[in-house]
Amino acid sequence: MAGGIKKFVVGCFDDEKVLFPAVKNVRKAGYKIHDVYTPFPVHGLDHAMGIRETSLHTAGFIYAITGTTTALTFISWVFTKDWPLNIGGKPHFALPAWIPITFELTVLFSAVGMVLTFCYLCQMAPFVKKHHFHPRATDDLFVMAIECTDKTNDAEVQAFLQNAGAKEINVQNAETGWWIGRYDKEQKLYKEEKGY
Amino acid sequence: MNHQFELPGSYKKWTYGLIGAGIIALLYGLIAFHPFTHPVNGDNVNSTRFWAVLLQNGVYWLLLVNASMFFICITTMAMGAWQIAFRRVTEAISSVMPIMGVITFIILMALVWGGRTDIYPWLDKAAVAKDPILLGKSKFLSPGFFTIWSSVILILWWLLGKKMRSMSLKSDKEGQMDYATGKKWIWNNTVYASLFVVVFTLSVASTLPWLWLMSIDPHWYSTMYSWYTFASTFVSGISLIAIFVIYLKNRGQLEYVTDEHLHDLGKFMFAFSIFWTYLWFSQYMLIWYSNQPEETKYFIQRIGTAEHVGPYRAIFFFNLIVNFLCPILILMKRGTKRNWTLMTFMAILIIFGHWIDFYQMIMPGTVHEKYEMMPFEFGIACLFIGVIMWGTGRYLSKNSLLAKNNPFLKESMIHHT
Repeated sequence: MAGGIKKFVVGCFDDEKVLFPAVKNVRKAGYKIHDVYTPFPVHGLDHAMGIRETSLHTAGFIYAITGTTTALTFISWVFTKDWPLNIGGKPHFALPAWIPITFELTVLFSAVGMVLTFCYLCQMAPFVKKHHFHPRATDDLFVMAIECTDKTNDAEVQAFLQNAGAKEINVQNAETGWWIGRYDKEQKLYKEEKGY
Repeated sequence: MNHQFELPGSYKKWTYGLIGAGIIALLYGLIAFHPFTHPVNGDNVNSTRFWAVLLQNGVYWLLLVNASMFFICITTMAMGAWQIAFRRVTEAISSVMPIMGVITFIILMALVWGGRTDIYPWLDKAAVAKDPILLGKSKFLSPGFFTIWSSVILILWWLLGKKMRSMSLKSDKEGQMDYATGKKWIWNNTVYASLFVVVFTLSVASTLPWLWLMSIDPHWYSTMYSWYTFASTFVSGISLIAIFVIYLKNRGQLEYVTDEHLHDLGKFMFAFSIFWTYLWFSQYMLIWYSNQPEETKYFIQRIGTAEHVGPYRAIFFFNLIVNFLCPILILMKRGTKRNWTLMTFMAILIIFGHWIDFYQMIMPGTVHEKYEMMPFEFGIACLFIGVIMWGTGRYLSKNSLLAKNNPFLKESMIHHT
């Protein structure tokens, strides 16, 4: 297993208003947030966690271009070289008629490609059981998992989370990734940003 | 912060400069082109050119400013709160609609009652009587119906638009709304917005482009045409809003407008550029595929055939590059939509591109191959841009730039994409 077993300090919050300053303080203190699990998408949380912009859409664009080229090269090869047919007296290279199919293949490639890429990035696959840090992460709790290294004093982290307003704190050992490499979220140290 | 906007001198200078340039172009046209002598057998094409250019600019800029009111109404109906931070800008642009409406109406009436058969061939009664197709359409394509329907629609746009603006302005004076008043106020807004959208559907999305533009080629028809016109003017209308928002932001106004709002305007510009292309292509492909002479005539006039290059081929493909390739490639990236300079550039490009689009919609059926892209064409465009700047500037400087009592304002301030 490429990811290996790691130790995490897990803190559960029940209020967004407490969660955001907590994320900020945890990052300021220099702890590494593994992830924050929320029951619903929280606006601005990714930004607060300092996760870099996902490159999923760049991947999507590349898949789309691949789809476009596949469609155009294949159809034009079929209709001009391999098996030219006279369809309604149109020229063999009948570009406008191919545009709808090209469009469909573009969408298909980018959609399927992005779903698979997304699954890889999240280390998800059928029949693979992922560790749950807290079952209520899908119900009403915001669950923050902080990754521990050899040097981390977990009692200190627990006290820190207690101060930050976590309702429930514990230490868990969990497997992080199962596939080649782990999509490592690049994190920047917290810094105050200029607002408008 | 003070939300009262003082028009800077440079704005006024540009406004009057553009109007001045436009009036010079108009006077030049009036003197040099003999617009009131009817061209017989194709000589004096300049007379036709004069009226065709006026028709193109009148209809284009009218639909452009009216798109702004359509934008207000659809966002009101969808409870889209994000645009409240720059609501006054959209209102200001839509307030130009009555002036534009009058100008365009005068142009249209001059064409219809002046018997300009070179622009609208269906005005020629003798020719229509011999033509079974035009005879069948003669109830719809008649000066009487044309005048009544155009004026009814323009008056409805004006009245409903005025009502939407006055409700917004009135809320400024009345202080913070409580829950019940706010709910009632939103309901009233929704009612008038939906009325406007119904009128808009009956006009821009269907009959007006048929009457004003498609009847230039009365034998030809396309079911895509009105949607195509709508998409064209809506995407440029959004671009115009973006330009004014960016201008005011640069002037230190609109404190609650952030990258997020610009991003959403950018998404609209991107999405509707694609929508325009979708309609453009649907119209083209169906005609190309079925290959019927009375339909392909429209494209042969423009691109020509394999043997013969049509006079508008360059403009036709330029149109596609500017209005499709540029937006899709440049506006696709998230960074572009949040970049104020690039967004200004794209907005201007899109407005120009769709102006060209209208040019190639009108010119081939009127002046045929004898078209010219001369200072006269651009001068007339300057006149209309100047009028839009004048009317928008007047509304912006007369009213507060922040719809401060709109119940959705808070939602717009914290808007986040």
